Amino acid sequence: MIQVEHLSKSFGGLRAVNDCSFTLEEGAITGLIGPNGAGKTTVFNMIAGFIKPSGGRILFEGQDVTGFSPERLFSLGIVRTFQIPHEFSRMTVLENLMLVPPAQSGENLFSSWLRWGAVRREERDVRRKGEEVLEFLELTHVRDELAGNLSGGQKKLLELGRTMMTDAKLVLLDEPAAGVNRTLMGKLARMIQQLHRERGYSFCIIEHDMDLIAELCHPVIVLAEGRVLTQGSMESIRRDERVLEAYLGHSGAHETEGAA
Amino acid sequence: MELAGLLTYGIFFLTLVGIYGLLALGLNVQWGYAGMLNIGVAAFFTVGAYTSAIITTAESSGHLGGFGLPFPVGLASAMALSGILALGVGLITLRLRSDYLAIASIGIAEIVRLTLKNEGWLTGGVRGMAGIPRPLAGLIPGYDATLYLLLVLAFVAAVYWANERAWRSPWGRVLRAIRENEAAARAMGKNSLLFRLQAFVLGAVVMGLAGALYAHFVRFISPEAFNPLFATFLIWVMLIAGGSGNNRGALLGAFVIWIVWSATEIFVTRLPEDLVTRAGALRVLLIGILLQVILLARPQGILPERPPRPERHE
Repeated sequence: MIQVEHLSKSFGGLRAVNDCSFTLEEGAITGLIGPNGAGKTTVFNMIAGFIKPSGGRILFEGQDVTGFSPERLFSLGIVRTFQIPHEFSRMTVLENLMLVPPAQSGENLFSSWLRWGAVRREERDVRRKGEEVLEFLELTHVRDELAGNLSGGQKKLLELGRTMMTDAKLVLLDEPAAGVNRTLMGKLARMIQQLHRERGYSFCIIEHDMDLIAELCHPVIVLAEGRVLTQGSMESIRRDERVLEAYLGHSGAHETEGAA
Repeated sequence: MELAGLLTYGIFFLTLVGIYGLLALGLNVQWGYAGMLNIGVAAFFTVGAYTSAIITTAESSGHLGGFGLPFPVGLASAMALSGILALGVGLITLRLRSDYLAIASIGIAEIVRLTLKNEGWLTGGVRGMAGIPRPLAGLIPGYDATLYLLLVLAFVAAVYWANERAWRSPWGRVLRAIRENEAAARAMGKNSLLFRLQAFVLGAVVMGLAGALYAHFVRFISPEAFNPLFATFLIWVMLIAGGSGNNRGALLGAFVIWIVWSATEIFVTRLPEDLVTRAGALRVLLIGILLQVILLARPQGILPERPPRPERHE
């Protein structure tokens, strides 16, 4: 579905991503792991169009999409979330969801002025969809609350919920479980699996919580120092000495084996 | 003051409140909706005023003109030219982050002001333009000012309606999302540049309209009337004090601040003689203090922003 070929990105003298190549398979939940600074989020930002690569290319369903704008990639079906929730704080939770559906006729100002009836009918449908998503997220009780007032965990749910307001093909989740308690993490995992099963989304997930990765992801790609170190099933990754070394450095590898 | 005099003053006062209200409504679309820091309101206000003046006045040796076209043509041209200026400025500057837009917009306002001051063949330069016709004059003898007030209020009502509809529409929702978090709005497929450009142009068109209505109201314009104090600073104070993101707040702000501004004029004329020369600065100081007080008491303005009420659905 996504082919990343020889992707590179430098920030000044720092090579954040260095000749990185991998494939995200259609229908898979792929995990993207690696130590801090491995270039995971930079790769995400390039796939989602937020950063232009210094070299290499990205193919989506066979089409070269390197350097496309985020809004164009969204319209092709690539939707991302952010590591730090990017909610629209002074908008209600429901509005945060209702914003998302593409090409709403009321986004044309003249339609909103002159064809309000049609815009309102469409709004009713968008609203219904938003309320369904709120039910799925179990956030109905905060529907009209400003999103900025939500708790950290609720914001994470809202982030995931926004991807459900459009017909996504590939959803990129950047640390969906960071700073989230175990209960909510379980809930997020179930939701991701349900979306995968029922809506046929393909996922690519950056995550530091290895239990979550093990539960959800196959295959798992390990990045280190801007390139792919290895990939495969979580069991094989867990046994891979090189992965431990990348995370912990040579000396620490045997002491903290349980961590990875 | 006698009753008739008071009435005359009231009409004069409300007409200016209406014109400033329009400016505040225009700025509300740019700042309140889209979060764009336009500190060059004066540019669009001035372009509107001069455009309509040039289009509608009779022949004069002092400046370009002599078209003598009807008032609606002047008004439409003012809005169009102001919008075109905004489109040009917007295409260049909207990629900039908001603080850079602020600096760029100050620069553009200064360019417009200095051009009007120095291009005498076009605008009459510092001598200004006189003899701008007032529409509806003589329709009901003795009620020219009242009729004009009604005209201005009709435009205020129309723009208020258009702003409110825009606020509640999906269009306004996208703008607010861009204001809150541009990266996320783009990740949700919204073309932020296009939307911000629309908001910038719409706001400027309304400011151009206000400029034209101002020109036909005072009937004499010169660069003095459009210095950044009157034509940018006061409008920002009105919007922030009234409540940015709230159209009623913008209108209320225009009303309240214009009362205070007018009152300070009365106040400073009673100052001891040696202070009178500094009266202008003192008035600004007073407005500044008022703004501080309002913002301390009500940080979001007198009427804070509210998300549009969700429509009840059956």
